[in-house]
Amino acid sequence: MPDDIVALYRTMLLIRRFEERAAEMYTLGKIGGFCHLYNGQEAVATGAIAALRPDDYVLVYYRDHGHALARGSDPKAVMAELFGKATGLCRGKGGSMHLFDAPRGFLGGYAIVGEHLALAVGVGLAISYRGGDQVAACFFGDGAVNGGMFHEALNLAALWNLPVVFVCENNHFGMGTPIAVAMSRPEHLHEKAEAYGMAHDVVDGMDVLAVRDRVGDAVRRARKDRTPVLIEAKTYRFVGHSMRDPAHGVYRTREELEHEKSRDPIKTFPKLLKEKGLATDEGLAEIDQEVRRIVDDAVAFAEASPVLPPEAIVEDVYA
Amino acid sequence: MSVMAYRDALNLALREEMHRDDRVFIMGEEVGAYQGAYKVTKGLLQEFGKRRVIDTPIAEAGFVGAGVGAAMAGLRPVVEVMTFNFAVAAMDSIVNTAAKVHYMSGGQVSVPMVIRGPGGSARQLAAQHSQALEAWFCHVPGLKVCAPGTPRDARGLLKSAIRDDNPVLVIESELLYGATGEVPQAEDLIPLGVAAIVRPGRDCAVIAYSKMVREALAAADTLAAEGIEVEVVDPRTLRPFDWDTVLASVRKTKRAVVVQEGWTFCGVAAEIAAKISAEAFDELDAPVERVTSLDVPLPYARPLEAATVPEAGRIAAAVKKALYLV
Ligand SMILES: Cc1ncc(C[n+]2csc(CCOP(=O)(O)OP(=O)(O)O)c2C)c(N)n1
Repeated sequence: MPDDIVALYRTMLLIRRFEERAAEMYTLGKIGGFCHLYNGQEAVATGAIAALRPDDYVLVYYRDHGHALARGSDPKAVMAELFGKATGLCRGKGGSMHLFDAPRGFLGGYAIVGEHLALAVGVGLAISYRGGDQVAACFFGDGAVNGGMFHEALNLAALWNLPVVFVCENNHFGMGTPIAVAMSRPEHLHEKAEAYGMAHDVVDGMDVLAVRDRVGDAVRRARKDRTPVLIEAKTYRFVGHSMRDPAHGVYRTREELEHEKSRDPIKTFPKLLKEKGLATDEGLAEIDQEVRRIVDDAVAFAEASPVLPPEAIVEDVYA
Repeated sequence: MSVMAYRDALNLALREEMHRDDRVFIMGEEVGAYQGAYKVTKGLLQEFGKRRVIDTPIAEAGFVGAGVGAAMAGLRPVVEVMTFNFAVAAMDSIVNTAAKVHYMSGGQVSVPMVIRGPGGSARQLAAQHSQALEAWFCHVPGLKVCAPGTPRDARGLLKSAIRDDNPVLVIESELLYGATGEVPQAEDLIPLGVAAIVRPGRDCAVIAYSKMVREALAAADTLAAEGIEVEVVDPRTLRPFDWDTVLASVRKTKRAVVVQEGWTFCGVAAEIAAKISAEAFDELDAPVERVTSLDVPLPYARPLEAATVPEAGRIAAAVKKALYLV
């Protein structure tokens, strides 16, 4: 168990270091397009995915680097995908917003807000159809909750008793719009599940252990009782909406941002590990060195990899 | 051979494929207990049960999207849209996801699903229920689109669509459901992307699909009485398109009329006409003619409706124009 807990820290740190380098590479022009970083939200993907089995499914939105890494995707292949290289997870055809890793049940990052909630329902339906005991975990932002698909998807999942765990990462903003400007009764987000007779829970998304435990409960319940659950993880993003935006923007103050950073799981979790005697300063430094090396290797690998040849442009349109 | 209605041929295809492959299931509004809004799924709930014939709420975005997800996870859904007018509510799942997942996953994940239901104009259903929207779907790489014009093609194309590993839209014709025709008793797969010469002729190629085939054949009958031999070609599948058969017919007849129920501007006929003009320009004896619906929402009033949608008289006139007879 202690090893597991330290592993959670390692995963969160890997994501943070990965995103720091991704930002650098974006600034250097090595990564293009829209690139949405996950800084600040690491505890959500890390904790939630730790509660899943290898044969479960994961569907994600466009802020997906962290989820792929937490699911065990090779950091080299993830970075190479951001670089658009042939060695990338999707051969350079998906990019930052569309990471897929089928052997890990990682069924994609989707760039249309809310669209993939229905896909998760379909995956849940397929599990149920086959009589399997997997679950489908579906991650999305608070912005998706205001769209019609959220309600269609929750209704279907509840109506059909599907093993889908909906994880809403409430980072309090949809791009530059604070949640209170976009959502009625935002303080009751997770209770929206109530209307569908669906179990729901809210968890501190800055606390990786809490996320793992509460999502773990939801996953067990979904697996056993074949019922969907909505989990709201309250978190915060420390960076701009995408690499094209400044970190604080006009929709929040520097003070607010700095205040939220005091909850940074990368800072608070190691304190806890030390208090519990699960880690030492040296041990933590070693982990940092190790993940920095992994990320360095990923960048070097991505740099050195080729892009697909032009004839591959027309491949993969049809199966 | 047995004679059966277009809707029964579709029903037969569904039954046969559901017997063949347990991964095939049906989902849509009223497909189960109600037996299908147009009775295409009649008897299937009784035969296959609730696990495989799933009634959905009136929520096209959700259930079409769920079909995409189920296909990604290894099933072979046949999702019925009550009519393609309502598929518009699910356009996001169709265009942004079903068509794109295989490509953007670098070939890792495919979407072997069918989206089917009636399309085109019906009788006096007016602007929101009478639209031929196939051009929208044909426009999107990653989708396949077919539009059967006979019971035999309906069964054969739907079976091929179900076995295809891609998202395939089978756009049926609301006005053809009761139309009868011969359907072989034996297994009969009509491959996607293969056109049929419905009626051979030497003077002019008329390219028409779905219920426009009937109008083209009626025009051909009238013209035959005047000694004009029209060749009617039905592409059957609109994407991928059988250019070889169509171009061969045009090269033989030296003239082409393209018929399509959808609107003129940016329509399927525009694509076909452009390709014929580019590939067979030297062999053409006349410009390619198009016969399409007028560029207006479909009016309700019967005579106005009839004047908007292509019919045999307009096709015959276009053939005569291509032959410089008018
Ligand atoms: C349907 C749709 N509309 C608009 C956008 C543009 N867009 C991309 S992300 C985003 C904000 C979404 O916020 P949220 O769901 O809370 O997720 P977050 O980015 O905060 O993680 C918007 C408006 C989109 N991708 N899809």
